[in-house]
Amino acid sequence: MTDVPYSPARQSSAGKVALRWGLYLILGIFAVYYLMPLFVMITTSLKSLEEIRTGDLVSLPREVTFDAWAKAWSGACTGIQCEGVRPYFWNSVLIAVPGVLISTLLGAVNGYVVAQWRFKGANVIFALMLFGCFIPFQVVLLPMARMLGLLGMAGTIPGLIFVHVIYGIGFTTLFFRNYYVTIPVELVKAAKVDGASFLRIFWSIFLPLSIPIIVVSVIWQFTQIWNDFLFGVSFSSAGTQPVTVALNNIVNSTTGVKEYNVDMAAAIIAALPTLLVYVVAGKYFIRGLTAGSVKG
Amino acid sequence: MARWFETHLPKIVLAPSFIAVLIFVYGFIGWTAWVSLTRSKLLPKYEIVGFIQYDRLFASPRWDTAMTNLYIFGGMFIVISMVLGLILAILLDQQIRVEGAIRTIYLYPMALSMIVTGTAWKWILNPGLGVQAMVQGWGFENFKFDWLVNPDMAIYTIVLAAIWQSSGFVMALFLAGLRSVDTEIIRAAQIDGIPTWRVYTAIIIPSMAPIFLSAFIVLAHLAIKSFDLVIALTGGGPGYATDLPATYMYAMAFSRGDVGQAASSAMIMMLVIFIIVVPYLYSELRAKND
Repeated sequence: MTDVPYSPARQSSAGKVALRWGLYLILGIFAVYYLMPLFVMITTSLKSLEEIRTGDLVSLPREVTFDAWAKAWSGACTGIQCEGVRPYFWNSVLIAVPGVLISTLLGAVNGYVVAQWRFKGANVIFALMLFGCFIPFQVVLLPMARMLGLLGMAGTIPGLIFVHVIYGIGFTTLFFRNYYVTIPVELVKAAKVDGASFLRIFWSIFLPLSIPIIVVSVIWQFTQIWNDFLFGVSFSSAGTQPVTVALNNIVNSTTGVKEYNVDMAAAIIAALPTLLVYVVAGKYFIRGLTAGSVKG
Repeated sequence: MARWFETHLPKIVLAPSFIAVLIFVYGFIGWTAWVSLTRSKLLPKYEIVGFIQYDRLFASPRWDTAMTNLYIFGGMFIVISMVLGLILAILLDQQIRVEGAIRTIYLYPMALSMIVTGTAWKWILNPGLGVQAMVQGWGFENFKFDWLVNPDMAIYTIVLAAIWQSSGFVMALFLAGLRSVDTEIIRAAQIDGIPTWRVYTAIIIPSMAPIFLSAFIVLAHLAIKSFDLVIALTGGGPGYATDLPATYMYAMAFSRGDVGQAASSAMIMMLVIFIIVVPYLYSELRAKND
């Protein structure tokens, strides 16, 4: 069959142009809808409290001031402490970096075993690990609080890293397993014939092939851990709270005047790392989101 | 010895993760299930007395509100996100010139923490200085939009913010689905003069059934686990008008000191997820092994 472009005679070209414009208009309206809260956050954070009280929600700041940003970073009160989000931002970094690295490494090794070194029961083990991704974490909250206490890790940053690794390996294993099953098993067989060991095959053959899926796993885990609130609020203590918990405390602190501009600046600071990752590596972010949900 | 080690190395490498999952997922679920059958109050007790915690739970008006809210929130969130996601995906599938940029804009809320989303919407929806005040300032002095502080309407602010956060993701899922439909069939239908909307309703959308299922599972899962958004946006209030099972469980566990109630509500959440996810996982794993 020859390649016939679709051009029904019934549709007039003027109608087509109008349809096209309508299409772009609708898409534009939705773009405004998704961008509006971010726009309002940014403009509010750049206004003075006086201007917020007298002005309009969506108006641009008459006078741009970064006072709210400075206060959000190092002066806003999260309850009785008034150090801004800065210490909590670093807590989140200290939790996320090791949490991401350890869970990704474990996921890579696990995925390699489950996909390429199948032994009896490997599929059952994988299924059990996979189901762990889907449990509501409320069901492990109480025993985990006790376990962390027993291990002497209650309210500590290592304790939070531990929790994030434990409940992250299901997903990281899934990512690597689904990536490695597409590599033919003959590759491992040939390498074994040549005398390569289990670890050597992983290190010299699989790991170099894995850059894209490592990026997906790192981004997924980073977004999950950075944005986590439930574990952070349940298992941290006053000095070890992650930035999401601090942000919530700032916004809901009842002392003094409500400073919306500081709230918004703090919210943007808390959102910046994951937003940055999304803008820089959006393709991998989407791959992580859709992994496992679209068959293919 | 070295040979034994080499042949069993794969299992040895997998063992720590597997043991961790056995203890921290299945062991812990078992612990919570056990405690939910006891008289535990501030501290867990281990003497099983039966289903009294569940009886208390189902008799509690606060839990009743939480479950009703889950139906309202979950139902609206899932249906509207899917409809919106599908419409946006179809619109974006018409050879749009700036598709990449638009996709980026639609999807970025998914990168944000629910706490950030809640904070932003709390500001936008606050009646004193937000949308209500803005529209009143335009001269519509009788305009009222106080959902955030209205106990009957507050749950819909959660729906609103959650859809804003997740509908772009559903759009991305559907767009991937639309692109995977066999183009030969579509072209054949177009040559036969079948109008575009018919091509969508009769050919493309029915062939995306698995993606509808995936989107449903992901959204239902998000809805049941919803916690941060409620905390940041309404704090469960006014009163406990916007409580969801997750916030109920948290309040019982950490502020009310009622471990038995916390455990039994967590088990109900677990059960709901189980009913939704297990058939899906089972079919997925079977399909992949065939």
